[in-house]
Amino acid sequence: MMLEVEHLNAFYGENQALFGVAFGLEAGRVRTFLGANGAGKTTVLRALCGMVRTNGNIRFDGKLITGWATEDIVRLGIAHVPEGRGTFLRVSVEENLQLGAMTRRDRAAIAADIERVYGHFPRLKERRLQQAGTLSGGEQQMLAVGRALMLRPRLMLLDEPSFGLAPLIVEELFEILARVNREMDVAMLIVEQNASLALELAEHAYLLETGRVVTDAPAAVIGADESIRRSYLGY
Amino acid sequence: MSAPSKESVAFAPPAVAAIGRRAALSDPKRLFVVGLVVAACVIPLLTRSFVTFQLTQVMVYALAILGLNLLTGFNGQFSLGHSAFYGIGAYTAAILMSRWGIPYFWTLPAAGAVCFGVGFLFGLPALRLQGLYLALATFALAIAMPQILKFRPIEGFTGGVQGLFLDKPDPPFGLPISADQWLYYFTLAVLLVMFAGAASLVRSRTGRAIMAIRDNPIAAAAMGINTALYKTLTFGVSALYTGVAGALGAIVVQFVAPDSFSFLLSVSFLVGLVIGGVGSIPGCLVGGLFVLYVPNIAESVSTGLAGAVYGVILLLVIFVMPAGMAGFVRFARARLSRLRRS
Amino acid sequence: MEQLLQQVLAGLATGAIYACMALAVVMIYQAIDHLNFAQGEMAMFSTFIAWQLMRWGQPYWVAFIASVVLSFIGGVAIERVLFRPIHNAPILSQIVAFIALFNILNSSAGQIWDFTIKSFPSPFGHKPFLGEPLIDTHQVGMIGVTLAMLGLLYLFFRGTRLGLAMRAAAANPESARLVGIRVGWMTALGWGMAAAIGAVAGMLIAPVVFLEPNMMLGVLLYGFAGAVLGGMTSPAGAVAGGFLVGVIENLAGTFIPYVGRELNLTIALVLIVAVLMVRPSGIFGRQVVTRV
Repeated sequence: MMLEVEHLNAFYGENQALFGVAFGLEAGRVRTFLGANGAGKTTVLRALCGMVRTNGNIRFDGKLITGWATEDIVRLGIAHVPEGRGTFLRVSVEENLQLGAMTRRDRAAIAADIERVYGHFPRLKERRLQQAGTLSGGEQQMLAVGRALMLRPRLMLLDEPSFGLAPLIVEELFEILARVNREMDVAMLIVEQNASLALELAEHAYLLETGRVVTDAPAAVIGADESIRRSYLGY
Repeated sequence: MSAPSKESVAFAPPAVAAIGRRAALSDPKRLFVVGLVVAACVIPLLTRSFVTFQLTQVMVYALAILGLNLLTGFNGQFSLGHSAFYGIGAYTAAILMSRWGIPYFWTLPAAGAVCFGVGFLFGLPALRLQGLYLALATFALAIAMPQILKFRPIEGFTGGVQGLFLDKPDPPFGLPISADQWLYYFTLAVLLVMFAGAASLVRSRTGRAIMAIRDNPIAAAAMGINTALYKTLTFGVSALYTGVAGALGAIVVQFVAPDSFSFLLSVSFLVGLVIGGVGSIPGCLVGGLFVLYVPNIAESVSTGLAGAVYGVILLLVIFVMPAGMAGFVRFARARLSRLRRS
Repeated sequence: MEQLLQQVLAGLATGAIYACMALAVVMIYQAIDHLNFAQGEMAMFSTFIAWQLMRWGQPYWVAFIASVVLSFIGGVAIERVLFRPIHNAPILSQIVAFIALFNILNSSAGQIWDFTIKSFPSPFGHKPFLGEPLIDTHQVGMIGVTLAMLGLLYLFFRGTRLGLAMRAAAANPESARLVGIRVGWMTALGWGMAAAIGAVAGMLIAPVVFLEPNMMLGVLLYGFAGAVLGGMTSPAGAVAGGFLVGVIENLAGTFIPYVGRELNLTIALVLIVAVLMVRPSGIFGRQVVTRV
């Protein structure tokens, strides 16, 4: 198991947001967290990256990383595409990608990876020297994913990648994510409100409700269960 | 849900909870305030006149800081220029009193009106400037003021570099108190009225609009708040408060001179604002106390290194209470209520 | 016309001082996203250190380099010890911390070295430049060094990975962490660099305004004005802004009748604010475009 989480509690100041969350992820696999707004999905990803106060056990490759600083967790090969994308607005598109590779030293490979990202997202290549803040929502999302890929991550955490995007763009994005998962063997944890797309990509899903995991089942099972779909996923 | 912008985090205290909540008569907070007012009334009868004089100055500074608080703490417009409004208020009072013999109590509304006008007019072009750039513009105002006051062509009015001297007002109706004590009570009365006014402004719809502009100007505009109008009005009101404080200050000190109203005074107001707690009305009193007494304390510790000692004290206070006294009180109350609950 | 040109030249000469200071100001702004109000005092203190080293018999260049290196270390130390503990505090509280630092440095310098004016040597000498009486070799040297520093900084920030990392850390610390950048150390590095640049600025300015603890007050004001005028996002703009401020101040003092010398600072600032009204992000500043 690449990632193992047990008894995870997370806090925003005095308020507890996660209660005893537990899950796991094997290398190269895709899992998804679903649930309503405020259920704590984003908090799970932030907890994995050391961005909120936590206690519990988070193990990556057997190493206990609870309480580690974000920069150090990232250097283990975990790339986080945050809510709101976290784009560096004032620098160019290409500089954003270069920043994604900030912890790597292999210049030639970095350059090659940039071209590969442009291969996935041709629109970004057109705008490579443009200030990132002028890109549309969809383009910024692609840039965020591209930046995460520049890390050559073993695990990608994606927080609501479909947020605010037109349906066609979302489909395009998920196709690219599927391709990345297959070709580069990148494991993914996806937090999504768009449950149907997430369940297509993931093989296993967790349903969160007010900070607790209420259902833990293969994606197909959750997708097929009418009552879960209607009460939690809205379709 | 995205993280709040850096700007709003800088200025925003959790004042939302206080809005709309009307205190019961037995509320401990109300009793505390009443007790404080009673104590304030009794103190000058018990202390030396120099201490009374100092406490009067504390109240004057507190009022000036409240002016800055309205603009920066509640409306998010950063000002380094309030020494100018203070100076305009002071000189308005001084000129009216010494050139035209107008009684001191009329100079307060006059100073307030003049400063409101200047503040409003300054607020208009300031609409175009944000953060840093607004800071520079207000800074320009602060630097300009002493130079303008020393300007030779208007020396007839302003008394030039030497400044103007004023007479100490006597207690009215032959009351059996000293002039210092009378000035104390006069200042206290003005302070209470103006603080109450500010508190009620903050609790009103207008106050909510003003704070909404601070927290998220785009959303505020999208909700239909006329941001331009509110921002300039707030500038005016803020200048009014600090201007009235300036007038009071002139009357209390009985002297105005251009170099008293330099940029350093603006810095003092800013320090007082932060120490008391940005966005806290009672905090202004703490700020006033700090600004008056701590430099003296620093001087008594070491005359040569007075500035360094002051700096160290400032740093210690910021380390221990980064959100000022008001922030510390909030933190302490939250801790206490958690202890009580568990 | 002849007089206009002469005054512009003289303005550029004094403007070199402001340009140098403005560069240090923008430099740290790019690194930490704040204005360092104590920048001038740090530069002053660094200059005193160099002066003291020369008093103890060290040649100019040894004192110069030692001061720059010590200032770099000092800048890093100030960031780690003073500002890191309060980096989550509200911006206004941090500004008060800057004010505290200002007071500490100013007062300490006065106590250690007293307030009498001291002269500080220039490596360029003070001869009229090419026979032109309005600008001397030191002023030309100042302009040259400022432009050289600007060039180096530009290359650093635009052309190196470390420079990019610093820009990113200042602009968006959370995202910077998510790409593995050690934001704390980037900030410390920025402070060190700004302190070093400030030291150079101080040692260039001291020969002109003479060394004493309050020497940087006016210069810092003009430096800020220049930086804001040029646009805080652009080091080149800041330098240009600094020169502009020098020219404006000189022209206002000479040509606006009657009010010239008494109100020169006011006029200069008013003009700057007027420019800001037309271009609220400064002349060369880039508008940060954000989609709501």
